[in-house]
Amino acid sequence: MDTLLSLLHGFTVAFEPAKLLFCLIGVFLGTAVGVLPGIGPALTVALLLPVTFKLDPGGSLIMFAGIYYGGMYGGSTTAILLNAPGESASLATALEGSKMAKAGRGGPALATSAIGSFVAGLIATIGLAFLAPWLVEVAVKFGPWDYFALMIVAFVTVSATFGDSPLRGLTSLFLGIALGLIGIDKLTGQARLTFGVPELLNGVEVTTLAVGLFAVGEAFYVASKRFRDPEEIIPIKGSLWMTKEDWKRSWAPWLRGTAFGFPIGALPAGGAEVPTFLSYSTEKKLCKYPGEFGKGAIEGVAGPEAANNASAAGTLVPLLTLGLPTSATAAIMLAGFQQYGLNPGPLLFAEKPDLVWGLIASLFIANVMLVILNLPLVGLWVRLLAIPQPWLYAGILVFATMGTLAVNGSPVELTMLFAFGFIGYLMRRYDYPVAPMVVGLILGPMAEAQLRRALQISLGDPMILLENPISATLLGIAFIALVAPFVMKGLNRFKASED
Amino acid sequence: MTNDIRAQGADKPALIVGVLLLVVAFLVGYDAAQQTIVATYGLGPTAMPYVVACGLVILGFSHFVVAFRGGLPKPEAADGKALLWIAAGLVCLIGCIALGGGFVIAIALLFACTARGMGRRAFAVDLAIGFVLGLAIFLAFAKLLTLILPSGPLERLFL
Repeated sequence: MDTLLSLLHGFTVAFEPAKLLFCLIGVFLGTAVGVLPGIGPALTVALLLPVTFKLDPGGSLIMFAGIYYGGMYGGSTTAILLNAPGESASLATALEGSKMAKAGRGGPALATSAIGSFVAGLIATIGLAFLAPWLVEVAVKFGPWDYFALMIVAFVTVSATFGDSPLRGLTSLFLGIALGLIGIDKLTGQARLTFGVPELLNGVEVTTLAVGLFAVGEAFYVASKRFRDPEEIIPIKGSLWMTKEDWKRSWAPWLRGTAFGFPIGALPAGGAEVPTFLSYSTEKKLCKYPGEFGKGAIEGVAGPEAANNASAAGTLVPLLTLGLPTSATAAIMLAGFQQYGLNPGPLLFAEKPDLVWGLIASLFIANVMLVILNLPLVGLWVRLLAIPQPWLYAGILVFATMGTLAVNGSPVELTMLFAFGFIGYLMRRYDYPVAPMVVGLILGPMAEAQLRRALQISLGDPMILLENPISATLLGIAFIALVAPFVMKGLNRFKASED
Repeated sequence: MTNDIRAQGADKPALIVGVLLLVVAFLVGYDAAQQTIVATYGLGPTAMPYVVACGLVILGFSHFVVAFRGGLPKPEAADGKALLWIAAGLVCLIGCIALGGGFVIAIALLFACTARGMGRRAFAVDLAIGFVLGLAIFLAFAKLLTLILPSGPLERLFL
């Protein structure tokens, strides 16, 4: 009952006309940026963060929710029409979606992904609303050792279990943690790794790293191989709307996708890649027309898209209740929260219930707006894709530097952006995942703080990590997750079924 | 995939990454060793850097092993000229901001250089487009968000 009341209260906050307008602007901007090729939701949020900078926390968080969902939707549009997924979570969508678009069924593919995202987002947000308060109660009892163990789990799962090579994932993670060391140590005031540069005392901005690695890195990467794979937009032919048959084939995958996405997204191990591919392979098995898979089966778009959106709402569970980001997008959202001086976690629910429930309520509203806005406007988004590539990437770089300049326009910060961009390019070139680096930067200092707090309480006895059942279990999970990929080396889970 | 390609001898990129990781590890460890504040109990500010340095050393040596066993994925040849143009654009931007040239000119230069790097051949036109774009962004930030982006003489005309 409490949950319903809080949620209702959240809706009264979110239904103020000004808030609705923020949400609408957020959805619009989020879709517009998210639809650009190579830009996934994480980058969309990072690029648009400065726009919300000067609003009050409530308004900006709500705009934020809109940007987030808009970015997700825009990403799937690109995946379907360009076969250029902005992030690994829309890989599965691109598989069938682009085939459908080539077969002249781009309209229904976009529609099933939009409506599927809507259904999944709605169910998953309800799940979030009911799961979060319960988890908050559990989290209140967590000690620093438990938080530390949770973060270790997140480290391992983000870097070692996903991607092609655990070694490259871990390298990316450790470089991120090393970057996180830069600046003043919060417990003692000791300056670390600043090399006498005063701008480094505040540490590396998460948004600078994310925008550098993702946006600038992507621009470099595309420029470096621009003659080799010209991307072609597949024009939408025929009706935009789904036929009765399409509906019949879509509703079950939507629900199954949601059932995969939300629980896996809500785990501290999280991520959206696993549920989308699970959904894809499940739909492939259950499909009544297996021959269509690989040629554009609507189930292959409906399921993974729903799973993707549901897991996105799922990652908000650990983010809001524990302050634990489990995806690149969540890591940047956490940076956004911190920008407004908010620290997600159990305390936030107690101290700022208006804000938290207002945010959850606006997730619902953003979802509704997306469907209303996007299906009719799809023509506009497609035209955005038709911008000539040189202008497109020049514009992306303008956006990227604009964000850095708006927050902190020092030449040192810009130089860092440039350097991270080049590192991002090299990482792309040699197939290192970039997301673990961002997660390492944001979680590294948090993990360190929790560990030191734990050891202060135990008077320096490290056994405290293993004596508590929760932290011991979590560390055990992390260890298994770290070792398993090395043990089962031949077992390259999704590659086999995908190719 | 990468296992099929057995390079003769060591894979150079993997070796370089390994060396770079060791250099970063050394920097992190050296910086920690130079620190003066020590915690009275529990962990001090140097513990985590040492852990990270150790991790980086292990990863560095793992890259050496990888270098002799297939190496990193082989990338396609890159278009160096395009990269240089974009890098030049970013350098222009940083220089323009550092020297007080202002946001609009910096963005115009970045836009034109990037577009050139991506294959356009109309530098003057792109410069003009970048200029208008920069001005629009500057005014939108200043008027709608009351956030003043770095200003030079040109921007002050509009404030």
